[in-house]
Amino acid sequence: MADRRYTKTHEWVVVDGKTVTVGITDFAQSQLGDVVFLELPSTGRKLALRESFGVVESVKAASDLYSPVAGRVTAVNDKLTVNPELVNSDPYGDGWILKLELAGDLPPDLLDEAAYKQVTEASAH
Amino acid sequence: MVDFGGWELPQQYTSIRDEHFAVRKAAGLFDISHMGRFVVEGAGAPAYLQRLLTNDLAALRAGHAVYSQMCQEDGGIVDDLVVYRETDDRYIVVVNAANREKDMAWMREHLSGDAALEDHSDELSLIAFQGPQAHALLPRGSSETEDIPYFGFRPGKVAGVASLISRTGYTGEDGFELFIASDQVGKVWDAILAEGEPAGVLPAGLGARDATRLEAALRLYGNDMDETVNPYEAGLGWTVKLSKGEFIGRGSLAAVKQEGPKRSLIGFKTAPGDIPRHGAAVIHGGRRVGAVTSGTHSFFLGHPIALAMIEVPSFPVGERIAVEVRGREAPAEVVKLPFYRGSARSAVAPAKS
Repeated sequence: MADRRYTKTHEWVVVDGKTVTVGITDFAQSQLGDVVFLELPSTGRKLALRESFGVVESVKAASDLYSPVAGRVTAVNDKLTVNPELVNSDPYGDGWILKLELAGDLPPDLLDEAAYKQVTEASAH
Repeated sequence: MVDFGGWELPQQYTSIRDEHFAVRKAAGLFDISHMGRFVVEGAGAPAYLQRLLTNDLAALRAGHAVYSQMCQEDGGIVDDLVVYRETDDRYIVVVNAANREKDMAWMREHLSGDAALEDHSDELSLIAFQGPQAHALLPRGSSETEDIPYFGFRPGKVAGVASLISRTGYTGEDGFELFIASDQVGKVWDAILAEGEPAGVLPAGLGARDATRLEAALRLYGNDMDETVNPYEAGLGWTVKLSKGEFIGRGSLAAVKQEGPKRSLIGFKTAPGDIPRHGAAVIHGGRRVGAVTSGTHSFFLGHPIALAMIEVPSFPVGERIAVEVRGREAPAEVVKLPFYRGSARSAVAPAKS
């Protein structure tokens, strides 16, 4: 498995060749609280970098999801329709959200674990 | 942690879903010490409270509590509160955290006769143990509670600690609110959790408190009503006793009752995923008719529920309406209140939508 990288808007990506798996981070799910619903795009949709592609509804609030890369949606995690709480219980595993076919290069501003940790520590207080 | 009326309170200890189910199936333990606790004392206390509040305090016997509104002259609600009559001339008044200072100022301003008013919020802590099994799951060293009536209270012991045990709550479930000296309350908290854990007792945060109170259609001051809303509009006309004699707001409230309220608080449900949030527009016949006052996803019922203030006298149960969710109109259906009737022995609010 390749390294996980992060965005300032609390999405994560794992890149395997041209395939990019996207989810939200453990910090994001803990801030959102119990996730009850996700509004997600259909496969085939083309997403621009940082385009809003869906919404996570938690008990507390609705939050937009932003595409960490530009690409075409090749898969959506159907399990989340029935079990949205997978985003809480396993954000980096069964709680993945989308798979994209990367268009072009990875954006240069994706964060590594240490840099993302600094972002979360700054926003935690 | 979230800010709630100036207090840092946990939204959840573990998970809102798990805590919510604990309250509905076993029991949950809430720290509600953020709520204001005032003591009103003196020979003039009964007459003072009778004039200050909308409900009939003359009918309240020692050892019993009553839910009431405190209104302005124009009928707008200053706060909703629970009054506990300890003795003939001593009462505890429990008010909303965010209104503690406002209420104290209002109550001081209207203080009359031989009555003293003091804020005891700091030395007296308040925890709530709520759920269908709360009675059975009180820890060892607790007084007998089965014969305490709903909205009754008495001094006793919980886990060996002196407590005022009140059969009241804000969840729709049977259970207790416990007034305990602040230097002793930790011991009771720990004992309830330690002994209740095998039976499914969990500490419960604000998230579970909001979900359970909303399912029971118990109003939240600041969301469902405020100074611009009168008790009839909030569906709380049953707490206004116009026949009891003079009280602050009586003239205005009598006029509202005579003419009928021009707007009303209704309950509705939506499809899973369409969570109506506070402030969202409520639409009927292509027209905006009001706004959501409280909304959440009910894990227990399996769909979102909401209260809304609509600018018309009422909607019938079953009426199809729409609510703005994520920038679009989501279908919704008016339902009977409360959304869920728990194990509480008698309803705090009569069934009324």
